[in-house]
Amino acid sequence: MAKKSKLSLIGRFMKGSVVLFILSMLSTLALSLIELINPQIIKVMIDSVIGDEPVDISSVGGIITNAVGGIPFLRENLWAIAVLIISLALVMGLFKYLSGVFNTAASERLTETTRNALFKKIESLPFSWHTANPTGDIIQRCTSDVETLKRFLSEQLTSVVSTVMLIILSLFFLSRIHIKITLIAALSIPFVVGFSFLFHRLISKGFAKCDENEGILSSVVQENLAGVRVVRAFGRESAEIEKFTKQNEIYTGTWVNLCKVLAGFWATNDIISCVQVMIVIVTGVYLCVEGEITAGGFIAAVSYNSMLTWPVRRLGRMISEMSKASIALGRLGYIMDSTSEADRNNAVKASAEGDIAFEHVSFSYDGKKKVLDDVSFTVKKGTTLGILGGTGSGKSTLVQLLCRLYDLSEDGGKITVSDVDIKELSANSLRNAIGIVLQEPFLFSRTIKENISIANDASTDDALMKASQIACLDRAVGEFANGYDTLVGERGVTLSGGQKQRVAIARILVRGTPVIIFDDSLSAVDAETDALIRSAIKKELGGITVIIISHRISSLMQADNIIVLDRGRLVESGTHAQLLESGGIYKRVFDLQHTDRSYEEVND
Amino acid sequence: MEKKNENKIAHLPYFGIPKLLPYLKPYAVMIIVMIFFGLAGTATDIVIPLFQKYAINNYIARSVTDGIAVFVLAYIAVILIQAVVNLISTYLCCKVELYVGRDMKQKSFEHLQTLSFSYFNRNNTGYVHARVMSDTDRIGTLVSWGLMDVVWNLSYVVGAIGTMLVINFKLGLLILIIVPIAIVISAFFQRKLVTFQRQIREENSKITSRFSEGITGAAAIKTLTIEDKMYREFCEQTGKMRRVSVKSAHFNSLFGSTLSFLAYTGLALVLWRGGIITAEGVMEIGTLSVFMTYALGIMSPVQFLVGTLTNLIGAQVNIERISSLMETESDVKDSPEVIRKYGDTFSPRREAWEMLRGDIEFRDVSFIYPDGEELVLDHFDLKIPAGTNVAIVGETGAGKSTLVNLVCRFFEPTEGQVLIDGRDARERSQLWLHSNIGYVLQTPHLFSGTIRDNLRYGNPTATDEEIMAALRTVSAEGIIERLPEGLDSEAGEGGANMSTGEKQLLSFARAILADPRILILDEATSSVDTETEKVIQDAINTVISGRTSFIIAHRLSTIVDADVILAVRGGKIVESGTNRELMKKGGYYSMLYRRQFEDEAFEKLER
Repeated sequence: MAKKSKLSLIGRFMKGSVVLFILSMLSTLALSLIELINPQIIKVMIDSVIGDEPVDISSVGGIITNAVGGIPFLRENLWAIAVLIISLALVMGLFKYLSGVFNTAASERLTETTRNALFKKIESLPFSWHTANPTGDIIQRCTSDVETLKRFLSEQLTSVVSTVMLIILSLFFLSRIHIKITLIAALSIPFVVGFSFLFHRLISKGFAKCDENEGILSSVVQENLAGVRVVRAFGRESAEIEKFTKQNEIYTGTWVNLCKVLAGFWATNDIISCVQVMIVIVTGVYLCVEGEITAGGFIAAVSYNSMLTWPVRRLGRMISEMSKASIALGRLGYIMDSTSEADRNNAVKASAEGDIAFEHVSFSYDGKKKVLDDVSFTVKKGTTLGILGGTGSGKSTLVQLLCRLYDLSEDGGKITVSDVDIKELSANSLRNAIGIVLQEPFLFSRTIKENISIANDASTDDALMKASQIACLDRAVGEFANGYDTLVGERGVTLSGGQKQRVAIARILVRGTPVIIFDDSLSAVDAETDALIRSAIKKELGGITVIIISHRISSLMQADNIIVLDRGRLVESGTHAQLLESGGIYKRVFDLQHTDRSYEEVND
Repeated sequence: MEKKNENKIAHLPYFGIPKLLPYLKPYAVMIIVMIFFGLAGTATDIVIPLFQKYAINNYIARSVTDGIAVFVLAYIAVILIQAVVNLISTYLCCKVELYVGRDMKQKSFEHLQTLSFSYFNRNNTGYVHARVMSDTDRIGTLVSWGLMDVVWNLSYVVGAIGTMLVINFKLGLLILIIVPIAIVISAFFQRKLVTFQRQIREENSKITSRFSEGITGAAAIKTLTIEDKMYREFCEQTGKMRRVSVKSAHFNSLFGSTLSFLAYTGLALVLWRGGIITAEGVMEIGTLSVFMTYALGIMSPVQFLVGTLTNLIGAQVNIERISSLMETESDVKDSPEVIRKYGDTFSPRREAWEMLRGDIEFRDVSFIYPDGEELVLDHFDLKIPAGTNVAIVGETGAGKSTLVNLVCRFFEPTEGQVLIDGRDARERSQLWLHSNIGYVLQTPHLFSGTIRDNLRYGNPTATDEEIMAALRTVSAEGIIERLPEGLDSEAGEGGANMSTGEKQLLSFARAILADPRILILDEATSSVDTETEKVIQDAINTVISGRTSFIIAHRLSTIVDADVILAVRGGKIVESGTNRELMKKGGYYSMLYRRQFEDEAFEKLER
């Protein structure tokens, strides 16, 4: 990702939080400035109040001393110094508080904006993007990369100004005391910054390695839990533990190695900064003894030097963290820069009141293998189309194309709804007109009731009950203690495949779309319930267009027209009777499913 | 139910630390050494400012530099000691953190392997996964760095105050009065901070699940056109998160400010009272300056201590969760006698195992699921001689898996016995039984790794020839031939690189390869297309001959040849017999059968 687009991205994310960030920086800066005054007061106190050096009236300490009443007054009233320090502490406390609050407010606002932007973007990305990118990876980007970015901006960026200012001003005040001591203190800066920077660079690889091993360990656990039945039924517990133990050791080992490096770094850092302080002290002693500086000056110099230590260490870390944050930003940019679904400029609203037609439709996911090859058929308004096809015959692709989860290429034929090419329609209005019950229905982690009404907030309880009756869901729901208020999904109960499918069917019925498609969505429901649902739909929703995809003949044979797909090609079409007559694939499948030997025996 | 307790505040006696002791015990020596070096580190922290005092009092005040070489050497010696001491204590602390985490992971994972199915039915995968992976890490960090922080900070506060008292008792006492004030203030803030910390964590996890929902549910969201609704709800959630965080920041910052104000109050007291006695010549300037260092230095340890305490309280939830996992006992356990004779899951004594023939008998079995109330089986009797093919049919959710769960001893009968080869199943080990069972699931599960590893899952020593033979039995050799790397191809996590039909065929081959005496097919043929199903059906017929088998199927056409068909309704077995007998009987089974196959049945519904 280019630097410029990264900057514009961060600009986008920081929208609404810039002022807060500035306020946070300003209060941190104010805090640092006041902190710098204290050693001045201490110097005056030691040199002039306790000692008898004349006060340099041009210094900060001198100005303050005069303001509170001058040296003679202070000598008599030492409490005034205490009051002075406490008043400064109050102001400092105020700024400390403000900087904390502004900083959190800014970084949380930034996180909010970033997360919202990401979520919105993800919702708008085409379905092909979702299938191409692994879920875990995207969630990782949305959580830990956002976290990294936030941490960098809140912990590092806001303090960058005050850090630099603190270093400069500390050096400035030091130089007012003595130039030699300043040079010695400053000498260590590039050294510490460089060391710290190099080190953080070095360990970021170690951290990446740890993350990687954690991921592997995590998936060992995940697989074991997901496959618990298989593990048990094959009696492979020991082998699973062996696998886990090995990975657990590797994971722990990587961390222990990293810890060695970390502990070494911390110790080295301690040595460097302590030695630096020592050199400053010894230099100060010599300067004092030679009469170049006063005792108060010495103490102030040591204070200023200690104020240098932390910001300098921090600077090195900041530079290295910057590269981490930049990587995180790039990973977010990958999502933000992906191309969203877009309608044509003059897209019209769909009216699904008419026929649906596929005209010479060919499609390929990867540009190589054709999933659909020259498929044409028409579904008249208000009729039912059955689609029979085996695994990989392209039947689900038909549906995905119809609701534009994938777009047809230019030479891939066309699909029309009420005689309008669906490419001319707005995707939203098209999907609003077509209700699809997907093969593997997705339920949201909320109550059953909320799941059913999710696409139609305005639906009444009556409509809800009605839909649930048609979908043969009411009985199953009745068995739950909380009925329709039962929470499903991650935090609630787990529904069986058939129950999920029935919730998904009710959810579509509530929408009241003129077209409903069942994409093999009764597969987990037994044949008895399957028949009940279909007959109820037929009875209750007379005029709608229905497309049923299945490999169960009994689900299809009532359809007005049935097409048979075989490896992407439409090979047969007609009514149940016609297809049985013509003796193709349909007939073969029918015979397979209806090898009714025992029934014949009964009828003997 | 465990998951409902998740949001409750856990109050464990002594912060749950007693529950952690067994995990700390192996590292007791390490921890003691770590504490010792931690204390030594604090000692050097307290000593180092004294060098400054010495320099001022002895060199600067007297304007001499005699013996400064010794001073420098001593100073350097202390710095080096500090570095080494800190190196040791931090490294040990890291080790304790990682080893405790590792051991807890290991123990909890091993324990999970022994838990019965009722546990996995009650707790979903994500929940259990988080227990093993994140709770253990958090506890590891708590017991190591939490302890280290307490040692460092507490000893610093005590040491600094002690040193002050020794150097100048009166002035030290004056500083000491700040400490109780700090404690009272900390206690007040600490409560608030714990509450906020928990709230923030909760809101954050809600955001993560919303993200995950928005991503995994992309197809549903698009086709339902509820993007706007989802976005609005998401924004509400992130807004809530920000508001809680900012509210918490008010308290946190106020707390920090108050403590730093207290520190400066200490400094002010030192300058005032100390200034007077220094001016009077009672105290030296160097001593005054070291007092200032200590006075300013004791407040941030207090803040750290509060932070540690907050973390400890926050971690109660983690301790509580992991210990409840470890304390969950399996409903199904081998008796000590059985373990003595046949070994346990981890150290089986295979030499003592008998051959399993495959006779199964339910003798007067009554059964209630551990988390249920209803009697699912009521004094049920059924003899299944070896080699019998049993089919179980019924509506979705009718409880077709119950018998299989009992046969596999995933659950045990509430009353009565399940006999395997004439002996109560409880008289032999679970592993013995499981080693003789082949299982093909409704949703086939493959593990990441090569296809070969997956197929050899139940028979790790199988040769490639045997694997190919098993694949041919189920007509799945084509799958392998199509793959460029053949048996070495990666299956992907959960078999992600395979289609459902392929996974099904492979998991079938896997079961065959294990050459089990008992074979269970759990709705195995419901998600492949009819032609593939036919292929599998032929394979099934070859494979089940000579084995005791249970088939749970949706499509009745696959089971008409079964020796016994059990029809299940509302959790109970309502009919049993051969297809012929049941059809003649004209009961529930024949109704199911007709519904599925007869057009008339459908038309009847139409009217």
